[in-house]
Amino acid sequence: MISCIKRAKTKFLIAFLFALAASFGVSTTGYAQGASLPVDDAGIVSAGESLYKNNCVVCHSVGSDVVVGPGLKGINERRAQPWLISWIKNSQALIASGDKDAIAIYNQFNKQAMPSFNFSDDEIVSMLAYIKSAESAGAETPAAGDATAAAPGENVGTDAVGAIGGYLDIILVVLIVVLIVLVVTLLLITSVLKNYLNKNKQLDEYDAEIVNQRFDFSKIYKSKAVRTLVVLIFVIVLLDLTLDKAMGIGIQQGYAPSQPIAFSHKLHAGEHQIDCNYCHTTVYESKSASIPSANICMNCHSQIKAESPEIQKIYKAIERNKPIEWVRIHNLPDLAYFNHSQHTQVGGVECQTCHGPIQEMEVVYQYSPLTMGWCIDCHRETPLNTEGNAYYDNLVKLHEESTKSAFTVSSNGGNECSKCHY
Amino acid sequence: MQDRIKYWKGIEELENTPEFAKNAHNEFPEFLPINEAKGESESAGMTAPRRDFLKLLGFGLAAATLASCEAPVRKAIPYLNKPVDVEPGVANWYASTYFNNGDFNSVLVKTREGRPIKIEPNPSSSLTPMGTSPKAQASVLSLYDNNRLRTPLIKGKEAKWEQVDSEIRSALSSVNGKVAFVSSTVISPSTKQLINEFGARVGNFEHVTYDANSASALIGANGGVVPGYDFSKANIIVSIGADFLGTWVAPIPFAKQYIQNRKVTADNPVMSRHYQFETIMSLTGANADVRVPIKPSEELAVVTAIYNGLSGQGASAPANVDKKAIDSAIKDLRANNGRALVVSGSNDPAVQTLVTAINRSIGAEGATIDTASPYLVKQGNDAQMLRLIEEMNNGSVGAVFFYNANPAYDHPLAERVISGLKRVALKVSFADRVEETAALADYVAPDNHYLESWNDYEPKRGFLSLAQPVISPIFMTRQMQDSLLAWSGNNTNFYEYIRSNWRKTASGTDAQWEKAVHDGVLENGTSMLALSPAAAGTMTAADAAGRAPRTVASGRVEAVVYEKVAIGTGSEANNPWLQEMADPITKATWDNYITMPRRMAEEMEVVQGNVIKVTYANGKTLELPALIQPGQAQGTVGIAMGYGRELDSMPTAKGRGANAFPVATVADNGILFTGAVQLEKTSSTVEIAQMQTHHTIMDRLVVQENTLAKYQQNPKDVTEYIRIATHEGPAKPAAISLWDDYEYKNHHWGMVVDLNSCIGCGACTISCQAENNIPVVGKQEVLNRREMHWMRIDRYYSAVEHEPKDYQTMEDPAENPSVIFQPMMCQHCNHAPCETVCPVAATMHSSEGINQMAYNRCVGTRYCANNCPYKVRRFNWFAYSNNDKFDFNMNNDLGKMVLNPDVTVRSRGVMEKCSFCVQRIQLGKLEAKRESRRPVDGEIVTACAQSCPTDAIIFGDMLDPESRIAKTLAREKGERAFHVLEELNVQPNVTYLTKIRNLA
Repeated sequence: MISCIKRAKTKFLIAFLFALAASFGVSTTGYAQGASLPVDDAGIVSAGESLYKNNCVVCHSVGSDVVVGPGLKGINERRAQPWLISWIKNSQALIASGDKDAIAIYNQFNKQAMPSFNFSDDEIVSMLAYIKSAESAGAETPAAGDATAAAPGENVGTDAVGAIGGYLDIILVVLIVVLIVLVVTLLLITSVLKNYLNKNKQLDEYDAEIVNQRFDFSKIYKSKAVRTLVVLIFVIVLLDLTLDKAMGIGIQQGYAPSQPIAFSHKLHAGEHQIDCNYCHTTVYESKSASIPSANICMNCHSQIKAESPEIQKIYKAIERNKPIEWVRIHNLPDLAYFNHSQHTQVGGVECQTCHGPIQEMEVVYQYSPLTMGWCIDCHRETPLNTEGNAYYDNLVKLHEESTKSAFTVSSNGGNECSKCHY
Repeated sequence: MQDRIKYWKGIEELENTPEFAKNAHNEFPEFLPINEAKGESESAGMTAPRRDFLKLLGFGLAAATLASCEAPVRKAIPYLNKPVDVEPGVANWYASTYFNNGDFNSVLVKTREGRPIKIEPNPSSSLTPMGTSPKAQASVLSLYDNNRLRTPLIKGKEAKWEQVDSEIRSALSSVNGKVAFVSSTVISPSTKQLINEFGARVGNFEHVTYDANSASALIGANGGVVPGYDFSKANIIVSIGADFLGTWVAPIPFAKQYIQNRKVTADNPVMSRHYQFETIMSLTGANADVRVPIKPSEELAVVTAIYNGLSGQGASAPANVDKKAIDSAIKDLRANNGRALVVSGSNDPAVQTLVTAINRSIGAEGATIDTASPYLVKQGNDAQMLRLIEEMNNGSVGAVFFYNANPAYDHPLAERVISGLKRVALKVSFADRVEETAALADYVAPDNHYLESWNDYEPKRGFLSLAQPVISPIFMTRQMQDSLLAWSGNNTNFYEYIRSNWRKTASGTDAQWEKAVHDGVLENGTSMLALSPAAAGTMTAADAAGRAPRTVASGRVEAVVYEKVAIGTGSEANNPWLQEMADPITKATWDNYITMPRRMAEEMEVVQGNVIKVTYANGKTLELPALIQPGQAQGTVGIAMGYGRELDSMPTAKGRGANAFPVATVADNGILFTGAVQLEKTSSTVEIAQMQTHHTIMDRLVVQENTLAKYQQNPKDVTEYIRIATHEGPAKPAAISLWDDYEYKNHHWGMVVDLNSCIGCGACTISCQAENNIPVVGKQEVLNRREMHWMRIDRYYSAVEHEPKDYQTMEDPAENPSVIFQPMMCQHCNHAPCETVCPVAATMHSSEGINQMAYNRCVGTRYCANNCPYKVRRFNWFAYSNNDKFDFNMNNDLGKMVLNPDVTVRSRGVMEKCSFCVQRIQLGKLEAKRESRRPVDGEIVTACAQSCPTDAIIFGDMLDPESRIAKTLAREKGERAFHVLEELNVQPNVTYLTKIRNLA
């Protein structure tokens, strides 16, 4: 998932709060060890986080589980900061210098070298600070973190509709009950009255006929009006169904074809939290997010799980020099132009907004209908991400002068034909 | 009373022939094409019974329902190992160079996902920074030509390179006689050096250079090179038959220079004056201020008259030539010593000797001719080639190699070439397909397309240009240079060869080299191309002036063999874009024809399309339809070269027109591109598919022009603005409006077309075709008036209608009319008539001033086209892709590789038109947004504006006060700026600037 801003923000907030609360407790231990970690500096921690996610997350978790290299939970306590800095900068040099800890780690993880990183000391410290704050955040409020992460933030609108629907249902049920009670009461009253009149036997023939008249159903259903009505209703329902189905033709919402390789987004994007951009490399630059080429898989899988039959398929593809033929899930018609970078980079839209909870998908399915109505709805409602973008400065000013409504995509012409069709 | 200029699009309109009158009233002649794409069958089988229709309808519905039940499974196939610099969806640009028969363009190549899709000018080049030629634009399609050879051939059979290499090596070691390497002009320093090295290894070797459209006499009279003409410095330009804007020597650099001195503003109302003496109506002649039709045999007399006039001996103009024009030219040349230039397209050494002498006498050398930096794009030596043909025939040639040379087709003595080749033991061709010469060769070692090759070029002394491969070879072809290296036992490849060559001379370090490759050009004065020393011309000016003019036997007329802007000498004749490109002057497509002056047509009782039998030297004949050409010199006809192909390897060109090369005359060890022919009318008729006559202007004010004298007097008086009569007196049409105006906040895109700068070359039309996936429709559909070009260049002939009527001038306005070009595309009207009539709102206005067209919403009523006053909307009568009836590039997988992935391929039944290249606008805006800034002026341009070699089209945001378009509009308002058909008050976003003529 691309920059799960929401989650990151929550985490960061929690980390920040935690850091504030514990500035007397936890951080003193940090100072006690002689290395200062600026865990309470939000800017440094977030800078560290982005560095960490771009460079480290592929091999290291902030927890204690091993991905490629060791989990980094408690790394600040396990190792001295100068040692960490020299290790990160060039682990091989450290091993060569005969450092015992370094050699031990090297041997422990199958003599697999950690690549050298050209970070400055400050950058490394910021990452360490992030790890620190992340592990404490994870320890203190795991429940909160998970809950927020799991909450589907983009379904707010639907939820609201659902809530209103719930109320309506209750009102409807109550109404129906009241009506049934009313009908039963009325029927009871008529039968009582009828009995009473019949008992009296003072009615003449004409009145008796009225009182004792039998309800003839056949007359009703044989009447022209009713028949016409029934036929009409039938036709309308049929037409409605047909139209509904016809409108659904070509909409592949929920389409989840099986892929040649059982790749799991849940595992990669969800559990390992690999940034979407790590594999979908052009999502910020191009119209296409691009499907990762096999060499990107090999960045990790040259080492990890190399024996898995699924990974073996990638090896085979490379050996045979035949690209992997994934089944395309999101198929926009040729007549519609869509540009990822317009939405991700400029618009700041998250991947999940259109692709759904991709980090929970074992098999990817098409989350959105990808119909024009769906596009237009979003364009109508979404305020433009104009913050800090000089392109929009004058436009925002002009818009604010003329109207008080939000400056949405469509108020900037985002609903015009040739924005997408050319 | 003011003289009124009368405009017409063709003879038929001028004369208002019955057929024209009928067509004029039948504005929309389209008949429903139910059965066939071909015109003949349509009138016959027009009965489609109702039952059939219903059956089809029902079946169609059922099929559609069935088909839509399950969506097809589509694959997404990523790279296996993604190259570092390829990002799917992002275009990469590489500098390269296009060179073909003198047509030199330093270009940028746009590639998407590794495939080249568009050619644009390279702004780093000082020779061709602004635009390209139409041929350069179309060259990207030639890359995806399915008829290129896929493997080398040995005696016509497919073979392996190893086999070819070993057989040629052994044949070369035992060659008996001279080894000749025949090529068209080679301006690649490394290639030339390599050929020489190859020759040194072989021993008895000669590199024979010849050009199909030769400038042999020109370079013969100038020490082996084309003088370094600089038209931008010339106030007076006199051209005797040199089509320097269209086809002569280096048209694109010349056009750029020429136009520099033709742009006028009120602050600087000066421009050059251009005299043109020529036979056919050429592109250059159409742009001339003074144009005089002369016969080819009168060229010498005209040049002699100018020469004598300048040297004070008194001019004696030939009898039939306008003496006034010659006198005026002499006067102007005299008055502009050092600021004048005389050029000639003649291949007669006498003419060229005199022209050189004239240029010397008017102080052109060192002023309008850069003596230090001549052009090298034409080096062909006619005498050398003629000698080789004789040597082949007498059996003294043991081996011959053909590189970019096809003498079995494009040499006037093609028959002698063919008979000579039979006596040569080893014949090797590097042709990319089995063309006429390759068909006779033992070995065909197919060369790469230039977009698959490394190469270096030196078109002008001191101006280097590079070509780099932008795609790996599509077929099993190999660059000619690599073949030569392999055959001379050199193990390096040509890239290493160029690199080491450049290391020695041009750019030593890797950084310098990489910069040169990146820029595509190196213009620091380094020169690398070594020319073989030319024999000094022995003819003196006095000799030349004393020559007797050539005479033509009575009963014969002079025929000129000329080069067309699009087809050139025919080497790229299989390119459907070029075949369908309207000739700038005749507006004809797909065929060649005989251009004929009207008087001759009347005398022969010929109407347009009548097939004429032409008998030329040795009694041989060819048959072509006649096209009546205003401005053609009396007693002459013109036939374009490059047609009459009968090859299976050129299906697009096959059977079109006739080969005109044999009409040229071989005399005095040179080729004269004229010949004395006999004409005979036959009974058959061939329709010529012209794009010009499809619409009428009904005498409305569409184009505007005026004279420089008037412009200098009062710049506000050169353009006519139509006013509408109201009860308050005349008012601007915009003052009375039914519509509310749009409010533009963000951008307001607009275009300015300077009619003074447009030379009518047509590069924009091909650029538009490449950018916007415009289909090729074929000759019959052009005849049916269904061409799909979004952009056309309207060519109007005009003559001044004097009041009171001066019968002398009125006698035949078609004899030598003025010509004016007007690029016409969707005007993106603010009050667009098309928008209001669309019943489904498929065409509507955007908040940025663009008239949008949503193809998927269009239901094909064609109301919009009917209501468009500019006739710029195009209807898809057929599905032009995947349709065997339109078997051009969009009907095969390879040809489709050229399609722009950002533009929809339209399907049958929808309307389309110029979109102002909205895909480029959107991309430009997106890039600006990504970088948090406003778009910079010049960053977003339409394809036509980018490709214009004369910068006639300015595109930009009219709301940006700093933009060039806003400044131009502010400057020209009320002076030259006008809207076409302003009286309709459709308020176009395209503005034209009045053409100014510097009449003598």
